[in-house]
Amino acid sequence: MNFDLSDEQILLREAARDAFGRVRTIEAAREALEGGTLPDLWPTAQQAGWTGLLIDEAHGGAGLGAIDAMLVLAEAGRVLASVPLLGHLPATALVNAGGSHSALLGALAAGHERAAFVPLRPGDDVDATWTAEPRSSRRRAPAPTVGGYEGPDAGQPFDVVVSGSVAWVPDAPGASFLVVVALDDGVPTAVVVEGGDSRVEIERASVYDATRPLGHVTFDGARGFRLNVGEQELRRAWFLAHALIAAESLGAVEECLERSVAYAKERYTFGRAIGSYQAVKHALTEVLRRQENTRSLLYYAGWAYADQPSEFAAAASAARSAGGAALDFAAREVISVHGGIGATWEHDAPLFFRRAQLSRRLLGGTGDAVDRLAGELLAGAA
Amino acid sequence: MDLNDTPEQAAFRAEVRTWLEQNASVAPSTRGRGDEEGAVAAHRAWQRRLAEAGYVGVTWPAEHGGQGKGPLHQVVINQEIARAGVPGILDAIGVGMLGPTLIAHGSEEQKQRYLAPMLHGDEVWCQLFSEPAAGSDLAGIQARARREAGTQGDSPGSGSWRLSGQKVWTTNAQFAAYGLLLARTDPDAHKHKGLTMFVVPMDAEGVTIRPLRQISGEPEFNEVFFDDVKLEPGSEVGPVNGGWGVALTTLMFERLTIGAGSEGMGYRADRFAAAIASDPVAAKDPEVRARFGELATELLALRFTGYRLLTAISRGQIPGPEAGMGKITAVNGAIAAGDLIADVLGPEALDPESEWSYLISFLPGLKSAGGTEEILRNTVGERVLGLPPEPRLDKGIPFSELRAKERQEVAS
Repeated sequence: MNFDLSDEQILLREAARDAFGRVRTIEAAREALEGGTLPDLWPTAQQAGWTGLLIDEAHGGAGLGAIDAMLVLAEAGRVLASVPLLGHLPATALVNAGGSHSALLGALAAGHERAAFVPLRPGDDVDATWTAEPRSSRRRAPAPTVGGYEGPDAGQPFDVVVSGSVAWVPDAPGASFLVVVALDDGVPTAVVVEGGDSRVEIERASVYDATRPLGHVTFDGARGFRLNVGEQELRRAWFLAHALIAAESLGAVEECLERSVAYAKERYTFGRAIGSYQAVKHALTEVLRRQENTRSLLYYAGWAYADQPSEFAAAASAARSAGGAALDFAAREVISVHGGIGATWEHDAPLFFRRAQLSRRLLGGTGDAVDRLAGELLAGAA
Repeated sequence: MDLNDTPEQAAFRAEVRTWLEQNASVAPSTRGRGDEEGAVAAHRAWQRRLAEAGYVGVTWPAEHGGQGKGPLHQVVINQEIARAGVPGILDAIGVGMLGPTLIAHGSEEQKQRYLAPMLHGDEVWCQLFSEPAAGSDLAGIQARARREAGTQGDSPGSGSWRLSGQKVWTTNAQFAAYGLLLARTDPDAHKHKGLTMFVVPMDAEGVTIRPLRQISGEPEFNEVFFDDVKLEPGSEVGPVNGGWGVALTTLMFERLTIGAGSEGMGYRADRFAAAIASDPVAAKDPEVRARFGELATELLALRFTGYRLLTAISRGQIPGPEAGMGKITAVNGAIAAGDLIADVLGPEALDPESEWSYLISFLPGLKSAGGTEEILRNTVGERVLGLPPEPRLDKGIPFSELRAKERQEVAS
């Protein structure tokens, strides 16, 4: 029994904290809301080796696991760093699983190329259909489809075309490659398409949280090549993205809690520090409880990804469910503890609140993760 | 991360599993009632059998009949007992908490006299700490032990005592041979300073035990009254007026026992999933799924937080106040589960024979057991987050004055 981080993982986390700590990410997050440019953290990610984190060492990557990816994203989340790993990491995990694309893998691992994951939500015990993120409404959108390429230079290696739309794709704007999940005669498959292809349109989505680049992606017969991955890998990539969002949330919760506790110790009312009041103390204890529950579930997800693949869907969904609710609670609490000023641009709390609001709605939303967890456990018990 | 056993643990697990397979047929039912004479005898015999195999008190030192192993061995035994579907030992409170307290603070005579019969289930023990007016604020107890007239001196064993007062929430008191009791011996000292721990024979004259029935109708606790009960010289455990330190040792072993106990106190998400999945309509109902997914998140988090705790325990760390958050998660998660299952099954869930009826009735009390949720949150807020304490009015004054002040306030 050893359900804790290894020394190497602790070092990885410290290194990530140091690297992000050298950049004024939170100030940049505020400025970005008014049109300022965000610092480019891609070189930081390249230098640290995070771009190749989930790519095998044989292809120039670090060959690490989901838990390591989560540790980096938690540190990014802590300081609202805008680093496009949420899109890149699941995409590279898929290309890596497909194997036999050494040149591309090498370029992705080194960060010379950047990928984004254009996901489909896997079918579940209620409806087996794989669906795309809709632009609006709760109804899921039809998935993009794959067809054969029939142009003049048909053959190797760009042998298929993709058509269809997926909305709210994390880190799509500016990605050099898109790893698209699409249906080929109803069967889910992964296709790699160049981001700059003339038949790909990426509309930058307006964002409530300026640190989170999102795109509405439309393929109009865009050429691409198929990855040799099966349905299990496609499901895994979807749930990996959920786990990474949960990890970002954990970091943000930790930051909200630290700031809340610090202020509750120094702010006095009626002759007492406000942290001495049960009402405040119990609320902050609740943030801590949710934070530690999220951490435990992220460890579960990291462990399942490596050692118990049949439980990864449930584990990642549980982590997303806990992390989403924890961040919502923590972001509201950091505002409440600080009083009125916490709800103004004078303070950083609104930036975490914006992060909480948008994160909870991405990739099917936290509610979908809750439903998925229920479905996985109920199907397993039936 | 690795949830597997070390080779040594795996070998021990295999040994325990084999033993349980060979002996499960003589184990009593897990649903045996503690107040029925025959059932108690069967559970005693089961504990003796486990003890003779070396599976009771594995963490106790060998000189007191234990195996001198680490807490992970206890975890393995607990897990295998749960897996085999057989009951654990009758006197988990004695062996897990009170025996280790005696080992730490008791006299040589006490260790020689009490530990072996405790281990074998021949003499069951109960914990006599809480009182009607002192639970979370344990140092506020009022059970009073006075030196018997004609005896004197402050050292343990220098004379007999007379004990009067009331204790409550006492599990197993109805068949216990002894109790470990915290009493006030110096009311003029500050609250935490005038307390002493005693061994009390439960068959002594002046001891009255009354069952307390809970919501379910089952009496799982007792209240115990002491009316001028004589305690022989040498009944003190640890120093006279040093009982608070002894009590803290017991509470530390309580956290360890709970931490090493069954996963999530037995409130596992898959247990509730099976009940809901048996109704195919409910299993596809979005509202049921939303509620189940939320509570399953909590119960899964509880399970994996438990593995983090076990990892810490295996490294020799004692669970700190943060472990209290697990109880909050467990109780509230299980309450949500019971509520959802009753909504799915309807009134049938409340049938007296239903396991859900029992669960639903049991949980409101569990919210206060082992420290109320409110006090646990205070403790975590102050000792883990470092938030300033709630202002206290009981510091720096003798206990007798404090009580007088309280009475005055109520009267005014």
